[in-house]
Amino acid sequence: MVRLRRTMMYVPGNNPANIMGAHLYGADSIMFDLEDSVSIKEKDSARFLVHNALKTLDFGNTETVVRINGLDTPFGREDLEAIVRARPDVIRIPKTEKAQDVLEVESIISEIEEKAGIEVGTTKLMAAIESPLGVINAFEIAKSSKRLIGIALGAEDFVTSMKTERSKDGLELLVARSQVLMAARAANIYALDTVFSDINDDEGFIKEVKLIKQLGFDGKSVIHPRQVTLVHQVYTPTKKEIDYSIRVLNAIDEAEKRSSGVIALDGKMIDAPIVERAYRVLELAKASGVYKGDY
Amino acid sequence: MIKNGVGREIPEHLEHIGNLIPYESPFSIIPEGNKAGRKLKRQLPHKSKLVSSIKEAVRACGLKDGMTISFHHHLRNGDYIVNMVIDTIASLGIKDIKLAPSSLNPCHAPLIEHIKNGVVTSIETSGIREPLGTAISQGILPKPLIIRSHGGRARAIETGELKIDVAFLGVPCCDEYGNANGFYGKSAFGSLGYGLVDAKYADKVVLITDNLVDYPCLPASINQTQVDFVVKVDSIGDPKGIVSGAIRFTKNPRDILIAENAVKAIEASGYFKNGFSYQTGAAGASLAVTQFLREKMIKQNIKGSFALGGITSQIVQLLEEGLFGGIFDTQCFDLDAVRSIGENPKHFEIDAATYASPFNAGCIANYLDILMLGALEIDTDFNVNVISGSDGIISQAAGGHPDAAAGAKMSVILAPLIRARIPIIVDRVTTVVTPGETVDVIVTDYGIAVNPRRQDLIERFKDARLNLYTIEELKEIAEKITGKPDKIDFTDRIIGVVQYRDGSVIDVLREVKDI
Repeated sequence: MVRLRRTMMYVPGNNPANIMGAHLYGADSIMFDLEDSVSIKEKDSARFLVHNALKTLDFGNTETVVRINGLDTPFGREDLEAIVRARPDVIRIPKTEKAQDVLEVESIISEIEEKAGIEVGTTKLMAAIESPLGVINAFEIAKSSKRLIGIALGAEDFVTSMKTERSKDGLELLVARSQVLMAARAANIYALDTVFSDINDDEGFIKEVKLIKQLGFDGKSVIHPRQVTLVHQVYTPTKKEIDYSIRVLNAIDEAEKRSSGVIALDGKMIDAPIVERAYRVLELAKASGVYKGDY
Repeated sequence: MIKNGVGREIPEHLEHIGNLIPYESPFSIIPEGNKAGRKLKRQLPHKSKLVSSIKEAVRACGLKDGMTISFHHHLRNGDYIVNMVIDTIASLGIKDIKLAPSSLNPCHAPLIEHIKNGVVTSIETSGIREPLGTAISQGILPKPLIIRSHGGRARAIETGELKIDVAFLGVPCCDEYGNANGFYGKSAFGSLGYGLVDAKYADKVVLITDNLVDYPCLPASINQTQVDFVVKVDSIGDPKGIVSGAIRFTKNPRDILIAENAVKAIEASGYFKNGFSYQTGAAGASLAVTQFLREKMIKQNIKGSFALGGITSQIVQLLEEGLFGGIFDTQCFDLDAVRSIGENPKHFEIDAATYASPFNAGCIANYLDILMLGALEIDTDFNVNVISGSDGIISQAAGGHPDAAAGAKMSVILAPLIRARIPIIVDRVTTVVTPGETVDVIVTDYGIAVNPRRQDLIERFKDARLNLYTIEELKEIAEKITGKPDKIDFTDRIIGVVQYRDGSVIDVLREVKDI
C-alpha cells in the first residue's frame, strides 16, 4: 500500500506527555521537533528525550519524522548523531536552500549509519524549503538525494523574506506552493504544504486545505490534533468519486477479460491517467475508512 | 476476615461500627423492615423559628457529646457552613461528634484540628479531599471512616443505619418559618438534592441562610414542616467556590480523543436511539462526549428522554434545544444549570434517594441507559477505584459512581491510559468502590476495552470496527511505557470501610505508611 502523507503533525521534542501519545490522533506522520519549538536551553534535553522516545515507545504504523536543527547551528550535527541511531523513518532538514544542504546532511547520516551498523541509506530525508532561494532551487533540492521522500514548504520565514505576510486567500504563497509542488512532482517525491497557525479558525483552515489539495499537494504540516481530522476529512474522497473510480476499474477488468484494447465508460475513453486517478481515489478512500473493497 | 465478592478481605467486626456485611454482588441484599422515622413533634402557632446565631441553634437543638450532625456539600469548595458550625460546637466544649456530610472539600481543612482536639471523632461521607484526606489516611481519626455513595448515604439515612441528630443545612433562599430552595440568592447553587434527605430524616433541622426572604419562600424544596430553626448569617459560602460559570468545552486534545472514542462506542452500542437516557460528569472528556453526542442527536434526529445527575450547561442546552424531554438534577455544576433549574419546570430537582437509593420502589438510576464515569484506577476485573490516589491517600469521592453504574444499561469509564506517568489499568485497584460486575466499557485514548460479561457489546463494537482491546492488552500497553508502579505500603490498621450502596462492605481503607 502506498504511504499516505496527508498530515505531518508537529510535536515539540521537549514535551514527554505530548510525545508519548502523539500517534493516537491519526496523523499519517508525526514530526518530533528539535528546532524552532525547543528553546536554546532545552536543545540537549529534547534531543535526549526524542532519542529515547524513538527507541522505547511504539508508535504503531505512524511514520516518525524528526526535525533537526540546521547544520549551521551548534546543534545540527549532535542532533544527527543522536537521532539517526534511534532509527526514525525520516529526518527533516530545516531551511534548505540548495542541493548541497541536503548532501551535507546525507553524508553525515551515511557516516553515522555505517558506524552504528545501520544499513546505509535506510534513514530517509525530507527537506523544508523556507526561503526565496530555496523555492528557486526547489527542483535541484528535490532530486539531490535518493533518501529524499519529500519536500515541504515552510511559509512563515518565506513570507517575511518576501516582505509580505500570510493572508487568508494565500495569494502571496501561490508561486512558492506551485514551484515546490512542481519540483516534487518532477522528482517523483511527496509535496507537503506549510502549517496554518490559528488552531481556532477551522473555517479558514479547511479553506486552505481545500486549496492545497486542489493544487495537488499530498498533505500538510499540522500543529494540533484537531487539524488532523479536518485535513483527513477534506482528503476523504466523496461517495461519487469512489463509485466512479470503482466503475473505471471494473471497466478495465472487463476489457482485459475481453482482450479489448480501447476501453470506454459512459461513452468516454478511459486512458492511463484516469486509471491512475481512480487507484489514487480508492487508496485515499481506504485510508479514510470509507472504502473497504478489493481494489 | 472474610473474602467478599470482589476478593477483598473484610473483617467480620470492626470496633465502633459493629458487625460488617461483606459485599456479595450488586443486587444480593434484599431489605427488610420499615423506613426509619424521626420523632413526632409539634410547633405552637405563631412561634418564630428564627434564632440569632449558630450557637443559639446548637444550644436549642440540645446538641451533646457523642451526637451525629450532618451537612450537604452543595456549597462545594466555597462552603462556610461546616467550619462555622464545628467551630461553634468546639467553642461550646462539645466533643466526640460524628460528622456525616454528603461530601467534604479542600475548604474543610480546619477539621484536622477539630479531630486532633477530640471534637470530631468519626466521619461518614461520600468523599474527602486534601489535606483532610492525607490526615485521615495517616490515621488521625479515632473511629473508622465510612465511605458511602450518594445512593448509599440516602439508603443509610432512610433505613436508620445513619441516624442524624441535627442537620445543619445551608440554603441560599429561605423564609423565617423554614421554607427554602437553592435556586435564588447570592449563594444560589441550584438543586438541594443531597440535603433534602437530611431535611426529611434528621431529628432536628437547622437552616442557615444568607438570604432571608419574605414568607412564603417558594418553591419550597425544603418545607417548613421539616425545619426546627432558621439562622441568618452574613454569608453561607464563597461564590467562587460554589459553582463555576458555564463550564466550557475542553480543548485538551487527549480529552477530545477519549470523547470521540466514547461517542463511537455509544453509537455502536444499540442504546443510542429515540428515548435514550444519559448521565455524565463535569470533567473534560465527559463534557466533550455530551458536545459530540449533541451533534449526533441533531444529525440523526434522535431525541433522548432524560438526563440525570450532576448537571452542566451542556446538558441544559440539550434540554432547551428539545433534545431531551427532561432533566433530573441532584446537583448543579455551573451557573447555567442553576439558572435553568430555577426557571424550567422540566429541569427537575430530585433528592439523593430518588436519584440512587437501592432500597425504594425504583430510583432514577435504574432507568438509565448510557452512563459516562471517571476513574482513578481500574483493575483487570473492571473494579473501579474513585476514592484513593496512586499514593493510597483518600483524596476523591465515591459520589454516585457505584449507584449509576449499577443502574445503567451501559456504564462507560472514560480515562486516559496513563495519567501523570501512572498507568490507570492495574492488576488490583487500591480500593474497590464500584464492582466490575457493573462496569461495561472502558474508553481510553489508546482504545476501548469491554467487560467480557458483555459479549453483546463486544459483538456490536467489533461490527462497528472500533479500536478494541482486552483490558489485559491495555494494561500491557501502559506498562510497556511506564513500567509497573511499586505497591503502596499500608499498615495493618483499618482506618475505614467503603460501603457498597446496599450497605455491605466492598473494601476497607488502611493507614498509609511513611508519607
